[in-house]
Amino acid sequence: MITPQDLTLTGYRRADGRFGVRNHVLIIPVDDLSNAAAEAVAHNIKGTMALPHPYGRLQFGADLELTFRTLAGQGRNPNCAAAIVIGIEPKWTDRIVKEIAKTGKPCAGFSIERSGDLKTIEAASRRAKEFVHDASEIRREPFPVSRLTMSCKCGESDTTSGLASNPTVGRAFERLAAAGATLIFGETTEVTGAEDLVMELCATPEIARQFKAAFDNYQELVESQGVSLVGSQPTEGNIRGGLTTIEEKALGNVQKAGRCTIVDYLEPAHEPRKPGLSFMDSSSAAAEMVTLCAAAGSVVHFFTTGQGNVIGNPVIPVIKLSANPLTVATMSEHIDVDLSAMLRVEMNLDQAADAALQMLERTINGRLTSAEVLRHNEFVLTKLYRSA
Amino acid sequence: MTHGILIHEPDDDVGVAVEDLGAGAEIGVITLEGAPVGTVTLINDVPLGHKVAMRDITSGKDVIEYGRVIAVAIQGAPRGSHVHTHNIRTKRWTA
Repeated sequence: MITPQDLTLTGYRRADGRFGVRNHVLIIPVDDLSNAAAEAVAHNIKGTMALPHPYGRLQFGADLELTFRTLAGQGRNPNCAAAIVIGIEPKWTDRIVKEIAKTGKPCAGFSIERSGDLKTIEAASRRAKEFVHDASEIRREPFPVSRLTMSCKCGESDTTSGLASNPTVGRAFERLAAAGATLIFGETTEVTGAEDLVMELCATPEIARQFKAAFDNYQELVESQGVSLVGSQPTEGNIRGGLTTIEEKALGNVQKAGRCTIVDYLEPAHEPRKPGLSFMDSSSAAAEMVTLCAAAGSVVHFFTTGQGNVIGNPVIPVIKLSANPLTVATMSEHIDVDLSAMLRVEMNLDQAADAALQMLERTINGRLTSAEVLRHNEFVLTKLYRSA
Repeated sequence: MTHGILIHEPDDDVGVAVEDLGAGAEIGVITLEGAPVGTVTLINDVPLGHKVAMRDITSGKDVIEYGRVIAVAIQGAPRGSHVHTHNIRTKRWTA
């Protein structure tokens, strides 16, 4: 049996002491208007990556704060060596630059008004070029698993998820938590029918209360719209794969937590405060959830799928695990860890967790995941309500 | 493979087909740990990933999987039949 302490992990040490497993120079647009300039810089300068998105204008309150936290979080993420931030005007641009700069990594902001796109692109490209030269000389060094922050999520789940791939992540997470790693899971509506099990895992009544408040809050939001989530949860893909109700889906979902203790409750895109498993209030939509995990400082992600969700993320490698033999056969280019032998009872849970941890080690040390190779760079902000 | 159905808990009302199964076939049922739970003869075709009734489920009765209630039956589902959205429904939300 593989224990996480036995894994040889190498990564990029950042100024704040955290370790990244990728070495990106990110070009972060503050708003929709700045996507064109950000993408132009990324086109000019090898080794950079833009994170275009459709928001950042006339947001307010908690929704605006979440957008700021999510954008700044990409730059703060240990997988990011340095960041360029481009906004239409300087004030909101500076807010994000300041949050990223708190980590001590190189970060520079540029604003478009009173310069125009072309001068902005030139200035930002010159700075990005310097950042890439510096980043390219950072060497990997060994780090202990106790310095690892990672996350998990399931998508296009089916009954094989609850039987096999989710319990595999749960078993791997039990071992990682025991080794002192920092772990994130969430999906607030998708534990409906198993919320009592989540509460039982919470280390204290206060953490259970915080989780339940977030859970109830979202159920009330749905009810306030005069509708229910029937038709959305489970998804049509889930139903095609044999799932029937939210309760059944939730009981499969929470297998990813294994028997870990939930040590903390986090608001969306907040960085974990302690080692062990934290529950982060989050959407169950794959790209939104993984983007929030990246914002929270996760550096690598376990993503289980039944029917074949193809999601990736630009900042963190997404490792796909599936136990559905049809999916593994028909969508093999998307699956990093084939767990279909579990359904044949030719692979037990501990062997499956070993396979997951071996792929985790290889991914951390630089193996590109299927999602990375296939350029799945889904970067999706969670919007709490419509803009002003 | 000696089994075609996996079951989370031996007393669950439903098991999961781990390959496409045809009506009339007698199918072995085992737990995830590999312990045999018997066999069931299928009334319907059941595709990979879909559920099979392990006992007669009467309309209005709770449906148990993972040792927990996952749904209520809205139609009777005799032993060996396909259990899906046509005969069971969530207890948490109304459509």
